[in-house]
Amino acid sequence: MTRTRGRRLPAARAYGVAAAFLVAATLVSALVGAADLNPLATITALLDKIPFVHLPSSLNTLDRAVLFEIRLPRIVLGALVGGLLSVAGAGYQGVFRNPLVDSGLLGSSAGAGLGATLAIVYLGNAGPSAVPVAAFAGSLAGVAIAYLSGAVGGSGTATLLLAGVAVGLFLTAVQTYVLQRSAQDLQQVYSWLLGSLSGATWQQAAEILPYAAVSGAVILLHGRHLDVLAVGDEEARALGLHPGRTRLIVVAACALAAASAVAVSGLIGFVGIVVPHVVRRVAGPSYRIVLPLSLLAGAGFLVLADTLARTIVSPAELPIGVVTALVGSPVFVWILRSTRAVRT
Amino acid sequence: MNAVTIDKLTVDLDRVRILHDVSCAVSSGGWLALIGPNGAGKTTLLRAVAGLLPHRGAIRVNQTDLGALRGRGRARLIAYVPQIPVLPPDMTVQDYVLLGRTPYLGYLSAPGRSDRAKAAEASEQLDVTRFAGRRLASLSGGERQRVRLARALAQEPQVLLLDEPTNDLDLGHQQQVLELVDDLRHGQGVTVVSIMHDLTQASQYADQLVLLFQGRVETAGPPAAVLTEDLIARVYAARVTVTTDPAGHPVVTPVRDPPRRDIS
Repeated sequence: MTRTRGRRLPAARAYGVAAAFLVAATLVSALVGAADLNPLATITALLDKIPFVHLPSSLNTLDRAVLFEIRLPRIVLGALVGGLLSVAGAGYQGVFRNPLVDSGLLGSSAGAGLGATLAIVYLGNAGPSAVPVAAFAGSLAGVAIAYLSGAVGGSGTATLLLAGVAVGLFLTAVQTYVLQRSAQDLQQVYSWLLGSLSGATWQQAAEILPYAAVSGAVILLHGRHLDVLAVGDEEARALGLHPGRTRLIVVAACALAAASAVAVSGLIGFVGIVVPHVVRRVAGPSYRIVLPLSLLAGAGFLVLADTLARTIVSPAELPIGVVTALVGSPVFVWILRSTRAVRT
Repeated sequence: MNAVTIDKLTVDLDRVRILHDVSCAVSSGGWLALIGPNGAGKTTLLRAVAGLLPHRGAIRVNQTDLGALRGRGRARLIAYVPQIPVLPPDMTVQDYVLLGRTPYLGYLSAPGRSDRAKAAEASEQLDVTRFAGRRLASLSGGERQRVRLARALAQEPQVLLLDEPTNDLDLGHQQQVLELVDDLRHGQGVTVVSIMHDLTQASQYADQLVLLFQGRVETAGPPAAVLTEDLIARVYAARVTVTTDPAGHPVVTPVRDPPRRDIS
């Protein structure tokens, strides 16, 4: 077959598209919801917050509160979580040379789930407030256990992935056991597992920001290294790279990124696979471009998904994990089919 | 002066001794071909020189002991092209050749203008500039081999290690690739160490042959001294005749007696 995808989007244009997507998602999310905000007034109120820009806005006090204390923190938190999950997914995919790997892998999701379950079940009233910390710690611990059990003496990525699957199954089994003994907490644990950004606050965003910044920066700085890893460990070593060291650093950063996301949002699947994949289709496989684009596009994607989650069945909310899968899967399949001619 | 000196190299893999005290040397700008039957240790020797295997014994490149060099330092001296290199299907030729600049980049730095220039120069030399924007998956066998060599050349190595560079190529493309390699060593003074399966081609292109057998150097020297009917018969368990081509290189031809079939 002829190459239908001869033209990749040049990097600059791809960044422009991704940034525009994020801005558009932010605007849509700021404008849509139970309270009816005047679009023009909302936009001027938002622009007014940009340093050195002073615009009068006709937004009243209540609308301002809705915008700045309810919608905006949720948008920012959603963007952070989406960006982190996507960039971590892309990072894992680079490290493992496998496009099906995502940020929940290597015991990350299972560890977070167990941590959150333990907090809800055993900490009583203190439980809910301890969930983010417990999920964060559980996620990191899950990855650490998987890494230590899988990274034995120069073994390859397959061993590491299998160890991750084994550790994940084990931790999930423990979680199921704990949960089965305390059925009264089932509802609460279940709703956490499905993921949600409801009740997002500026404080939550501020709490994960340091982890997000550090992990995101470390992942982004290793794009070139992941490109070298694409030719395999052996050739990467012959080019002077240390595959084991690179893998450890990137996995640690991805684990931190995923853990910070999970701590404030619960388990949101699919983002870490679908976003980097779409980005690759559009802009080519180089991680120097895929990583930053995934960050931007993932942020926009999750903000949009969250907007749907809180509006489709309003005033109730759908779990955001359900939305990402419901909306994402068909889109993903459509993209796969429409670009089928890529592999000849 | 010897560009590569291998001194009493011993390699164990999974507690099995693959190479026993292998010593050999090739002069600067020379071409050494490693020959020998399957399992003789040719690839192991090449990988040890590339710094990919733990070993005992010394490997020196232009008097530098490779044991004293770290990953990037070694990669600036030696480029290694494995028998079946990994070619990420969606990567462009241009990006792939640029990977050859990896040993020259600081941990956090990106390839700069001079790296791109070096990669472009290497691409020009191997005539792959025409398809710089194509995906690796879309290349033919001959084009792939040229792209691999371009990446190795972008590394600006003093030594080029090639594991069966003509693998999977038809006869014309085999000769084309070998001529390219020969041009590189004459034009740039690159020293070549390659594994060759075709003994006639080995004799036509290399100036030194090392015949490995069961992990030891069986014979080493110029092609005419190494490629004898008796030796090939013994080491390869093959029946051949050795003649000489018009240029004076030994030509190894397999021999088959007419089959005896008893028709009852």
